[in-house]
Amino acid sequence: MSVLAVRDLEVRRGARSVVRGVSLDVTRGEIIAVMGASGAGKTSVLRAVAGLDPIAAGSVAIDGLQLSAGPLPRGEALRELHRRVGMVFQFHHLFEHLTALHNVWLALVHVQRQPQREAERKARELLDHLGVGARADAVPRELSGGEAQRVAIARALAVGPPLLLMDEPTASLDPARRGELATTLRQLASEGRTLVIATHDEEFAGACAHRVLIMDEGRVAR
Amino acid sequence: MDHQWRSRIVARVSARAVMCVCVAALLAVNIAAQTPELRWGGDAEGGAPFVEADPSDPTRVVGFEVDIASMLAEGVNRRPRFIQTGFTTIDASVARGDFDIGLSGIEDSFARRTRLAVTVPYYRFREILTVRAADAARYRTLADLRGRRVATLAATLAFELLTAAEKEQGVVVVPYEDDVHPYTDLAVGRVDAVLLDEVLAERGVRRHPALVNQPTSVGVGYYVGILAPQNTGLRNQIDAILKQAMRDGRLEAIFRRWKMWNEDQRNLYARVTADESGPAPQTQSTAAQLSVWDATVRYLPSLLTATVITLVLSVLSMALAIVIGVLIASGRVYGPAPLRALLTGWVELIRGTPLLLQLFVIYYGLATVVQLPAFLAALIGLGLNYGAYESEIYRSALESVPPGQLDAARTLGFSDRQTLMLIRGPQALRLALAPMTNDFVALLKDSSLVSLITVVELTKQTTIFASNIGTWFVPGLLCAALYLVLSLPVSHLARRLERTWRRA
Repeated sequence: MSVLAVRDLEVRRGARSVVRGVSLDVTRGEIIAVMGASGAGKTSVLRAVAGLDPIAAGSVAIDGLQLSAGPLPRGEALRELHRRVGMVFQFHHLFEHLTALHNVWLALVHVQRQPQREAERKARELLDHLGVGARADAVPRELSGGEAQRVAIARALAVGPPLLLMDEPTASLDPARRGELATTLRQLASEGRTLVIATHDEEFAGACAHRVLIMDEGRVAR
Repeated sequence: MDHQWRSRIVARVSARAVMCVCVAALLAVNIAAQTPELRWGGDAEGGAPFVEADPSDPTRVVGFEVDIASMLAEGVNRRPRFIQTGFTTIDASVARGDFDIGLSGIEDSFARRTRLAVTVPYYRFREILTVRAADAARYRTLADLRGRRVATLAATLAFELLTAAEKEQGVVVVPYEDDVHPYTDLAVGRVDAVLLDEVLAERGVRRHPALVNQPTSVGVGYYVGILAPQNTGLRNQIDAILKQAMRDGRLEAIFRRWKMWNEDQRNLYARVTADESGPAPQTQSTAAQLSVWDATVRYLPSLLTATVITLVLSVLSMALAIVIGVLIASGRVYGPAPLRALLTGWVELIRGTPLLLQLFVIYYGLATVVQLPAFLAALIGLGLNYGAYESEIYRSALESVPPGQLDAARTLGFSDRQTLMLIRGPQALRLALAPMTNDFVALLKDSSLVSLITVVELTKQTTIFASNIGTWFVPGLLCAALYLVLSLPVSHLARRLERTWRRA
């Protein structure tokens, strides 16, 4: 059963189509690497699936929830969407005024309405699991690129989405860290998560993806 | 040929004529320059009959003080030149030599006699109570006005009389910076009486037919000219001219022309011309006779009260400004295009016009529609003005939170409101803290402008103190120290908060 089904997706930036006719199916526990040069449309596909940019044409189905062309989802529809999909950004975008731990439990308390004590315990577990438990009380600017990357993954995973989107996850990592990240993502997939990763790092894609999709000028090349 | 020759002569003759005119003009300027000037200072804002811009030629001034200045200048063989100066700063200006003599309905007082060279008095006036016609039977004297608001001009004999009555008879003194608004506020009911000299009272009643003057006088005072303390030579010359003019009827003619002549003046002139020293000023205040130290001790409680008013007004205004600023900034960042345009227009309007004008509009301009109490008007004026500046700080602070964090918040399921309250707002607040502190310190000082709408805050109380003891030195130092006591802790607190947040 596919967790993500994309059909004939078109995304526009102003009058220009940056993604055209992209279709894609990803099944549970699968890791897909979307590859291609800068400007090929990788990030645009991810942002449309995450409900950050509007869909111009086509449709996206995530775990049974249908997104179609039109304005961005709001209110309950937005919350429904983000119970199903999380995103880790190229530059992490951690909330700079909060500690690593606080970054992870914030949405558990304020979006999922979990008791704070339980949310904190869960956040600490996630950070431990990703190997940054020792950095729980550091604020984002005190973290290295790799640490920030892991905290951002923990934050996205905390709300428990079956689908996780990652944009250029290796951009701020040295080669040794890339290997570690590949291992971590494989482990997540084996636990039943589905991952779509936009990257132009072939070695990394080879190390963790089950399948590779190449994009060129907004279309799937192969 | 003939024609050409003739035009050459015409050209030569006209060239010569132009030269003659030039020489004549130069000579005239030269002669004028050689005639020394008698520079006299006054406040044309005081208006008729004292000094006011000539309605038919606003570059000239007219009034009985103008006529007296001309008469004095003629007496010392000088040309009179008028120098505009604020009424409350005439004493300081003449002392530092901005002009030779101050003539602007200036009252004789002990403070002036100790600090300046004062001429013989040339006009005697009574302090008159003005009330609304409907209250004429109720409010005859100050004693009838217990608990009522009585307006006057700050730093005058009338103000001192009222300050004394505040203690003895329980009237509430409302000091104004000008002599027009006490009467307009009396007419609309903001105050219940005005105590000022009869010249101003007559003018006030002429402008507002619903007002009447009570016949009994509350006190008596005299108009004098003031000169720098070292300028006694010129003062003596001027005294001689004034006495001569009292004898030969020239002063009488001037006051008759301005419809101010009465029998009081005849008695005054008889006494002045007979007695070399002239009558002593009547004044309730003994501040000028006290040592500066004793005067300071006496004024300190009222300065401290005024400091509390400044602080309370500033804190409340800042709170209002923050609320307004947050609302405007939210509207400009999150609102639809028409609202954004409207709010931008409002911010530009407020930032592009003087705070003083805004205070005047709120207090006096709206008085026919809604009569806001002075403190409330000051609070609203300062709050609206600073709210516009705060909104700009918050807007730019909100916009400098990286948009990526807003995307991240959205993918975590936060609503726009939650994103603002939990993520964008707190980070913007940290960025806004330093400029907000600056604004609060600026507001503390700008709050002094509200004295123009009758709120007696720290600067106003200092002005009253200074004019009563006749020097700015000690009051100025005290005032500066009190402002620093208010502003330094704020700056200190802001620095500490910033440090704490940087660590967090």
